Order: sequence, then C-alpha cells, then structure tokens
Amino acid sequence: MLQFLARRLLWFAITMFCVVTLSFFMMRAVRGGPFSNERSLDPAIERNLQAKYHLDWSLPRQYFQYVGPFNLDEHRASIFGGDGTDTFGGVLTLEFGPSFKYKDFTVDQIIGQSLPISSLLGIVAMMWALSLGISAGVASALRRGSGLDLTLRLAATGGIALPNFVIAAFLIILFVFLIPLFPVAGWGSVRHMLLPGFALGAPFAAYIARLTRTGMLEVLSQDHIRTAHAKGLAPRTVILRHALKGGLLPVVSYLGPATAGILTGSLVIEKIFYIPGLGSHFINSALNRDYTLAMGVTILFTILVYSLNTLVDLAYTLLDPRIDLDSI
Amino acid sequence: MQASPFQERLRSALPIILLAGVFAGALALARTARLEPADYVFNNGTEVATLDPARVTGVPEGRIIKALFEGLVVKHPRTLESLPGMAQSWDVSADGLKYTFHMREGATWTNDDPVTANDFVYSWERFLNPLTAAEYAYQLWYVVGAEEYSKEVDENGHPTNDFATVGINAPDAQTLVVTLKNPTPFFMDLMAFYPMFPVNRRNIEEAQERWPDNWEIKWLQPENLVTNGPYTVEYRRVNDRIRLKKNPSYWDADNVAFDTIDALAVESAGTAINMYLTGTAQLIPNVPTSLVQELMPREDFDPVPYLGTYFYRVNTTRAPFNDMRVRRALALTIDRKAICEKIVKAGQLPATALVPPGMPGYAANSMGPMNIAEAKDLLAQAGFGPGGAKFPTIEIHYNTNEAHRDIAEVVAESWRRNLGIDAKLSNQEWKVYLDAQSNLEFDVSRSAWIGDYADPNTFLDMFVTGGENNKTGWGNQDYDLLVARAAAELDPAQRMDLLHEAEEILIDEMPILPIYYYVTQNMVAPRLGGFYGNIQDEHFPKFLYWMDDEELAKKRAAQPSAWRLADDVGPSEGKYAPAFSGPIPSPSGI
Repeated sequence: MLQFLARRLLWFAITMFCVVTLSFFMMRAVRGGPFSNERSLDPAIERNLQAKYHLDWSLPRQYFQYVGPFNLDEHRASIFGGDGTDTFGGVLTLEFGPSFKYKDFTVDQIIGQSLPISSLLGIVAMMWALSLGISAGVASALRRGSGLDLTLRLAATGGIALPNFVIAAFLIILFVFLIPLFPVAGWGSVRHMLLPGFALGAPFAAYIARLTRTGMLEVLSQDHIRTAHAKGLAPRTVILRHALKGGLLPVVSYLGPATAGILTGSLVIEKIFYIPGLGSHFINSALNRDYTLAMGVTILFTILVYSLNTLVDLAYTLLDPRIDLDSI
Repeated sequence: MQASPFQERLRSALPIILLAGVFAGALALARTARLEPADYVFNNGTEVATLDPARVTGVPEGRIIKALFEGLVVKHPRTLESLPGMAQSWDVSADGLKYTFHMREGATWTNDDPVTANDFVYSWERFLNPLTAAEYAYQLWYVVGAEEYSKEVDENGHPTNDFATVGINAPDAQTLVVTLKNPTPFFMDLMAFYPMFPVNRRNIEEAQERWPDNWEIKWLQPENLVTNGPYTVEYRRVNDRIRLKKNPSYWDADNVAFDTIDALAVESAGTAINMYLTGTAQLIPNVPTSLVQELMPREDFDPVPYLGTYFYRVNTTRAPFNDMRVRRALALTIDRKAICEKIVKAGQLPATALVPPGMPGYAANSMGPMNIAEAKDLLAQAGFGPGGAKFPTIEIHYNTNEAHRDIAEVVAESWRRNLGIDAKLSNQEWKVYLDAQSNLEFDVSRSAWIGDYADPNTFLDMFVTGGENNKTGWGNQDYDLLVARAAAELDPAQRMDLLHEAEEILIDEMPILPIYYYVTQNMVAPRLGGFYGNIQDEHFPKFLYWMDDEELAKKRAAQPSAWRLADDVGPSEGKYAPAFSGPIPSPSGI
C-alpha cells in the first residue's frame, strides 16, 4: 500500500511537470495577448503594460519566474542583486501570481473564493446523482422486465441524451416561472443549490442508474445471495447488506471520473444559474488569455483529478479485499 | 489474499471519513455569507477588471467607480450638464487653455483626510506615470507636457521628465490649475469621466509600505480601500457581486437614497433577463437579441440613441479594396434597413456616416441612401463587372457571435444580389480576431466604436494616418490636417465645421462601411427614479431612488398609453434620500 502511494506520488510529480510546462508554452503560443482589446493601446502604453507584467522578458525567463522557486525580478534575493523583499516565488512556493484580467485579485484568491462554491455545487450534484441513480438502479434490477424497470431505463436514457442546459431550462420554466419555488439564479442559500445541483447531476444519475442495475443483476444471481435468502434473512437485509456491496463496485470505480466530470463540466450550469464557481474560470481564463489564472486552474484540476483517481483506487480495495493495490 | 491490518482499520474508518466529509460540506454551507438583500440590484454585465480609476477602461468598471469615487464634476442625470462635485466651481481663461478649479470645502475621504487639490495632482501624476501603465492615460494628454511625461522613459521605465513640466498645479490646497495644449471644448466632459477620478494618497502609500510586494492588489481590498464618493465597498466576490454601502461621510450623503447597492456580473443575457423578470435585479444593461421585438412595447424597455456606431473596416492596403470606388460601391449596396428592422430590432438607425447623430452642435453627415446603379457604375469604372474582370470573393471577418454572423449574412447577400459579388463569412475567436484586425489580415472586418465623450472628435481622431485604432491602412493628409486644426480651433462652431469637413473626406473615401447607430438597451424597473435614458448612457448612482406609488402613478400617466405596464417591483412607499426635495436641479447657477 505504501509502495503504491509512493509510486503514485512519483508519477504525480512527472505529470505535474508535463502539465505545467506544456500548458505554459501552449498558452503563450496562442494568438492574441491578455491586453488586446477592441480599443488598441498607444504603443508606449502597451510597452508599459508588458513591462509591468514581465511579458517583455524572454520566454524561458518568464517560465522560470512562473515555476519558481526563486523570484527573478528586481525584488529577488539580495545575493542575486535584488532588494531581497521577495526572494522566493512561483508555483513551487504555491504562489500563482496576480490575475491578468481581474487585477484586484491574485489567482490564489480567486481559487480560494470559487473552489468551495464549485465543491459545494459538486457535492449537491453528486448527492442527487447517487441518491437518484442508486435507488433507480436497484429498483430496476429488483423489478427486472416490469413497467417500472422500463420507465426508469427510459428516463436514464433520456438523462444521458439530454444536455444539462436543456434540463436546466426545463427546471427553470417549471420551478421558477410556473411554480415559483426556487430563485432563478444566484448563490447564497440551500434553495439556490437544488436546481443547478440537479441539472448538473442528472446525466451522472442516469449513468449511475445503469451501472447499478447491471451490477445488481449480476450480484443477485450469485450463490451467496441465494444462501442469504435461504438462511431466512429479510429481503431488505439481503439487498442492503449483501447485494449492494458487490453491486455498487462499478459505481465506485465510476466515482472518480464522475467527480472530475462534475467539477470540469459545471461551466454551462454555472453560467445559466449565475454561480461564481470555478467552471467559468476554466474556459474564460483561456479566452481572456489570463495566463496566470488559466495556469492556476489547470494545475488545480490536475491535482484534483489525480488525487480523486487515487482515492477511488484506495476505496476499491476497501470494498473488495481481493484487490491488491501493489499489483495495480 | 488477506487484507492488511491497515486496510482493515481504514475500512472501519470509512464511514467516519464520509461523515466528516458531509460535516465539512455542511460547515462550508453555513459559512456562505448571508447578505441582506440590497436596496437596489443591477447587473453590471461582467466582472470588473479593477476598482483602480487609473487603470480601467470599460463601461462596467465605470459604473462602479462612479459610485466609489467622485471627480471634479458629476453629470446631471438628464441633461448631462456638469454639476459641482469635488470642485465647488471653476473658471476657464478666455483662450480656453487654463482651467482653474476651486475645491469644495469640507469634502473628506473615508479615512477623514480632506479632499484637496493636491489629491488631484497626486492622482493624475500617478495616472500619467508610465509605471502605472494606465490604458486611458492619453485622455489627459491634452494637458501641457502630459504626453511627454507618459512617453519619455529611461531604461527602467521611469519617466525622464519632472512632473513640474506638466500643466497640473495646486497653488494652494483649495485651487487646482490645469493648463492645456489646445482649447479642448470637451475638457469638462473628461473631468466627469471616471479615469480622472482621484485616489487617496495615504491609502496607496500605506499599502506600499505594509505590502511592498503586492500593494497594488492590497490597497483595493474592501477593508483597505479609501473612497470619496457616495459609496464604499462592503463585500466583493469574483463573478458574483460587489456590495456597495452608502458612505455617511460623503459631502452630499443627504441626497443619496440607497443604503446598499449590489452590482452583479451576469454575462449571460438570458440569465440576466430571468433575474430581472423575477425581481432579483432591477436594472439590466442589455437583453437577448431574440427577445427585443417582444420587449419593445413594454414600459420598462425604452431604447434611446446611444453614442456608438457599428461598422465594417475595409483593408485599404489590399487590392481591390485600395480603390476608393470599390469601397464606395460596397458601402452603397448594403441593405441597412433589413439589418435594423430584421436583426437588431431595437430601433437602431441605419448608419450613413461615422459620427452618430445627436452630437451637440454637430450637423450629421451622410454618404447618401442605398444606390445600386451608382455602385455598379463605380465598379465598372474600377474595371469590374460586365466586360471587366471578375470581382474576387470578399471575406467578411468577425468575432464569433450569432448577432455578428446574422448581420454579415445580410451584408453578403446584399453584395451578391446587388453587385453579383460573392462574399464568404469568416469568424474567429475574440482575441485572435483582434490580433488579425490589428495586423490588417482581413478584407472587411466587423468593428464598433463607442464614444468616450459627446464630441465628434472621439470618433474622428480614430482614423488619422497611423493611429493605433485606425486598423484600415487608410491615411489622408487633408483629413489629418483638418482634425489637427479642429483641435486648435477656439471657436466652437468653426471647430465643428472643420470636423464635419474631415468626416466628409472619410465618407467620400470610405475606409469604413457604416452599418447602424447604437441604441441603449437598458431594462429598468418602472419604479426606479433618477434614471433617464441619455446619449452617453451615463448614470451617476448617487441620483437613483425608488418612487413611491404616487410618483409612479404620475410617471405612468405621462408616458405613452400604448406602453405595456410591467411589474412594479420595489418598495411601494418608495425610498428617497433623507433630504429629498423633488427633482434634481439644473446647474444654472454656474
């Protein structure tokens, strides 16, 4: 197990290096800069701006300034000829720098404000997805071939096929304008979270329902379930204690990608429901050529996806002792 | 395979871990700031780039800065005349070159410093200093020595000129003297323009001392920012809101009605109108194009002409567009009526020149109506059409956006039908499009311009030879000369004539193809008082208030009866300033 974690950590370092380097140079290679605007700047003013953000430096120097750990501008360590107020800097010291677009914020501040919101939205979406998906999947499997099964499977197909903004539009028409139950947009209370959480979680709920149904059907036909029934255990106990544990294994392995999908896929939902989360920064920072914010968000998502996948691998062994981590 | 004891322990700990996770989630939920609803909520359209007056350029930033800071003057909400702000009064010398401002006694910053002429000297020095990298610095280059101060730098980027060479002086704390290079008739307009608003010196210098490293971010944080305007920042979250709170030490606080204002950053027009229709926001600055027709009869959607022009730039360095006959032929055959009536639909007027109508003192120009026969003639003279060469396919370049695409389709169809010229559409992502436009990599390219102040100069100086916003490769010495002469002209009528003459050259040679003049697209709750549609879409938040039922009824009685009434959200008893005494006076006393 420790060996497994150590190996994952090593790969993590290599992955991070590749992601940071590639995205840094890709960002800079894209046409257009952070300060271009419909109103072109006087060349003198543009030069001043470039100098202020060190964009007049050579690309390798900008890269080393960005990655760190040593600060290269005039505030660098006094032994390097600077004034020493800021010897260290860059990503290695967990400083992502100031945002180019939102000039009153550092990238750290922006992530600090929006990550909790996205996480909360993600948790709500995940709760919707798991509760709806698992109960529908179990119900389907137990009443296999019935009208209920058919209806739930149709709904699941619909949930996968319909994009979440269509679901969002339906929800808004239904629960805001026809039956005014929820606020139309914004963030701040539990009532603000339910509609966007549902819209975001719906496709995942549908997929989870399918996985649960398949997993449950497979488990229900196995010997230990028959034994449990034969022992005279109540059907509820058999399903909750014995069948679900095995039936949910496919769902568990799907949780990693699902969480990553919910976090990175929240852009549209955040836009429709006006939620100040991370999803919009993921796209907008690239469109705005906000170099530092785009890099910060990319790095953050790399960390999240990587650690979530590792967690899922760990959880897998907890549910199924037959799996040996050190052999993966 | 036996599970290791560690795994066993982990397995039994799993429920606890999960529980802790949910608990942490619930905690985060409880921590979400619960703000009381604001007195007035408006959509600002996007997240602002910064609150630093010196470093902003956009309209959304302007809306916030006008609430936080106050310049020498503010503008009357209806007539747009200059009203005293930080300056109590002002004199202009006979030659129009010297402005003397007498500062208001008793005006203070939120840190209790008095607002003096020295604050303006400090703020404008900072604004012009190349190290500040102010994008709008050129707006003060009308002042003697200012342009040189901004442009002449040593190898470290520091200005080489002393600020004493710039014509901005404070002989005493109550007097500010500004000396201009040329008489600049719109100079008072600039004084009400947000980049010219002052900042507090102690605010910045203390931040520089405490956080030498990132003071530029720190001094603007809500807990540090010092303001002199009607509001202060209470709370701020990226892409969410800026909560403004009334500043009790503002000199005119008795005439400020709202205690709190929320500025939202909703980018999606659909979401914004949903919020407006459910009463969550009471003013939104634009609406989805697809709904314009349906909204037009409503009392709360009343577009008025706006100081902006939508046009196409033509690349005059490329054949055949280097021939002005070709450019004129293209301009003469665009079906502008179809664009205004079928696509934008909010009452925009077809544009036949660059400067929009409604500019005070300026007679609008026109290149004349659509004329297919003349266009065909011109093309034939240029060697195209029957008996001549085949006209190459034109590429219409625009940034990816549905409305721009629809307009480009009408333009392409106009040229195909009227002149037999093929045009294809080419869209690019915003920043790539900007880069391509600056580098003249296009045939014709979608453009727009919103005036900074109500004077034709803000449009016409764009196309002087080599200007950074020219982006057509066009240049004409006579045009340059006329624009320069107008800048030095003292007599206002004479000056307008010179500018008019310059515009005639422009529409004669047609480096641009005008399409339509803008209108404002504000959707405003009927109860919102102190808000008047105007050509600059300029609204100082200090004048806003809620009408009570009586005033609302009076207003409705006076408006066209065909208008469809909207929900009257807002407090029925109104929300007036403590010293409310009827409509805002006109500045006749100055």
